[in-house]
Amino acid sequence: MHPFALSKADNTANAITAHAQDPKLAFIAGGTDLLGLIKDRAAHPERLLDINGLPDMAGVEALPDGGLHIGALARMSDVAADMEVRRRFPVIAEALLFAASGQLRNMATMGGNIMQRTRCPYFRDDDDPPCNKRRPGSGCSALHGLNRNQAIFGWSEACVATHPSDVAVAFAALDANVVVRGRTGQRSIPFTGFHRLPGATPERDNVLDRGDLIVAIEVPASAEARSSHYLKVRDRQSYEFALVSAAVAIATEGRRIRSARLAMGGVAHKPWRLTAAEAELRGASLDDSHALRSAIAKSFDDARPLAGNAFKVELAQRAALRALQTAGTRA
Amino acid sequence: MSESQECVAVKLEVNGEPRIITVEPRTTLLDALREQLALTGTKKGCDRGECGACTVHVDGRRVLSCMTLAAMQAGKRITTIEGLEHEGKLHPLQAGFIEHDGFQCGFCTSGQIMSAVAMIEEAKAGWPSAATADVRRPFTIADLSDAEIRERMSGNLCRCACYPNIVNGIAGAMAPG
Repeated sequence: MHPFALSKADNTANAITAHAQDPKLAFIAGGTDLLGLIKDRAAHPERLLDINGLPDMAGVEALPDGGLHIGALARMSDVAADMEVRRRFPVIAEALLFAASGQLRNMATMGGNIMQRTRCPYFRDDDDPPCNKRRPGSGCSALHGLNRNQAIFGWSEACVATHPSDVAVAFAALDANVVVRGRTGQRSIPFTGFHRLPGATPERDNVLDRGDLIVAIEVPASAEARSSHYLKVRDRQSYEFALVSAAVAIATEGRRIRSARLAMGGVAHKPWRLTAAEAELRGASLDDSHALRSAIAKSFDDARPLAGNAFKVELAQRAALRALQTAGTRA
Repeated sequence: MSESQECVAVKLEVNGEPRIITVEPRTTLLDALREQLALTGTKKGCDRGECGACTVHVDGRRVLSCMTLAAMQAGKRITTIEGLEHEGKLHPLQAGFIEHDGFQCGFCTSGQIMSAVAMIEEAKAGWPSAATADVRRPFTIADLSDAEIRERMSGNLCRCACYPNIVNGIAGAMAPG
């Protein structure tokens, strides 16, 4: 790793000011993504600010109104093991347990998880091939290169990468909010608006600015969260990023779907919400797999596969269907 | 806020003994253990958080020492493979790996054993895994099947593919008597 300075943040306000004033400073908490990026020469911070000691950011709290508050410094393993999370929001626990390894889940924080950068092999390649995330303006090697595991929705000529987080897909389905403290105070960013599409500026993964610190993720109470499921499809059975994944939560009346929430991972630069399918699923019977499949297909009219990943269009719809049916067994 | 690219002294506890190491901010815990403290039982495989060979315990939890900065571990309790034996007696997991032939070349073994020791504690604490049929239900140590062990150990790669015997070694070490 290149040499860098390291200091420990003593309070939140000072950490935010330091980050706002110093473009070469990066926050470090779990470090599982940042240190990998530094080793792969895909990040070049000159100063790291250790935020692990900041107060009131590590807790997981099931709120009396049925919502959930997750501190940004909570470790993935602690959130996944929490009995209230498992009972009330199984899709969150499952998404976390299907991610990374036991060791990494003990280290990685929830705030860091949603900040992790793409696993696109060109972006991570320290031979420095053209990549607009590594070096803006250098081009996209994946567009006409190895693109088996790249996006099928929302990509641009500048970038076809996908977002690697599993739990972000669950948060998008549940309309969570990212609570951010910045220079002008605290604000809540709706999860589906937190990550960006690449457009002409793929070097920006999300809408955060300098001086912004994620302090928590809040999941609102919903009728659907208890009947929820996360399905991850990957090349290996364990310890691998998703080819596609589906987070589904439903509310039912008898066997009919009253409302459904569906989001997918591995298909876009951000967790991809299937809003057209959600509208179509209202009133559908869980026992009519043909109707469910047709409803899901409504969200794939605008899929644009690349040369190497047309299989994802079919795989994603089948994954969404199975996740929906599994969530149905929990209703 | 103090800040320096220079070496810093870090006080921590390693295998039950207080130690002071002097490290650059970029030094990983893995390199500090191996090169400053001469604890070479912890191995450097991929150095990218992918293989698990560098697994150690920090405050009782299994972590990857290659993705951990030593300078961020002040005041922490570190346990390495060298700290597992007790009064000259091997830890049951160490004995289990020998009895069930859970290794060939041995390079991944320290990480496998450190991972397994903490993994069993996680299961005892009721943590579910991706192999758990229904995360909504409480998990008990009696639910720790071979499939559960395989899933929970998936962060430790073995290029000799001793996986069946590794699972047997862990299951054997947990068996009563």
